[in-house]
Amino acid sequence: MTHPFYVYGSYGFAAAMIIAVIAWTWIDGRLRRKEIAALEASGIRRRSQRPPEGKAK
Amino acid sequence: MSDISPAISRFSDLANPTRFLALSARLIPWLAAITAVLFAIGLHLAFSTEGDYQQGDTVRIMYIHVPAAWLSMMCYTIMSMSAIGTLVWRHPLADVAAKAAAPLGAAFTLVALVTGSLWGKPMWGTYWVWDARLTSVFILFLMYLGLIALNRAMDDPSKAARVTAVLILVGFINIPIIKFSVDWWNTLHQSESIMRLDGPTIDAQFLWPLFTMALAFTLLFFTLHLMAIRNEIWRRRIAAQRRLAARMAAREE
Repeated sequence: MTHPFYVYGSYGFAAAMIIAVIAWTWIDGRLRRKEIAALEASGIRRRSQRPPEGKAK
Repeated sequence: MSDISPAISRFSDLANPTRFLALSARLIPWLAAITAVLFAIGLHLAFSTEGDYQQGDTVRIMYIHVPAAWLSMMCYTIMSMSAIGTLVWRHPLADVAAKAAAPLGAAFTLVALVTGSLWGKPMWGTYWVWDARLTSVFILFLMYLGLIALNRAMDDPSKAARVTAVLILVGFINIPIIKFSVDWWNTLHQSESIMRLDGPTIDAQFLWPLFTMALAFTLLFFTLHLMAIRNEIWRRRIAAQRRLAARMAAREE
């Protein structure tokens, strides 16, 4: 391998960036799902997910 | 709505965030799996093919530098189309798509800049020169950061969407400048060697790993973009539900 510092440095930086972006997107999704679950658990739902008014009574 | 054509009907179906969430939930695992397979094949090809007779093994940097540079421009083009969707059709997902794409575009542009710099040192004798190609890509990176900051600096989401969309469209002028900078000006960066009317000037043994990695990077972008759009839809729904809860609590008091 010629110029290993530059070749492995490039692949290492690209891998680190890609892993960071994947992790950030995935963790963001997990946190949002948890927030939605917490809201639903406290009885706050979207209008389309609420039972019809008549049936609720 | 019975006279609406099937094509328009399908398009308007996708405009519905709930339908988009259902579709993305089905697509994301498949896209992620295909991306992983393509990266495995691409990396195998990238390190099993011969080095260049002049550049040696540094030619392998091309397999990540060129796809990242392509994506940096493709991402901005997608953001520009989303900006048109925001300003002209008020498409409910257009602003979400543009906002979700900006950090991804910034990340891929940074990868292109750093890998290009690491390729430049052994080949050109310097990490950086302020030539037209490098400078215009650096401006693209700054624009991504500026758009992210601008969008997050405003409290009113609909105003933030419109202002950001206008700035995205103004900034689109940089994309043809990046593309043709190597033809219009004397640059240290080489001129176009793949997308040419007379065919690529690169040997086929370098093209296969390059195309495989480019496809892998592109699918990675679309997988991450779908995930980021989904996260943004959830974020906006959570904010709406919190506002609703606050109103209900205020009414009860």
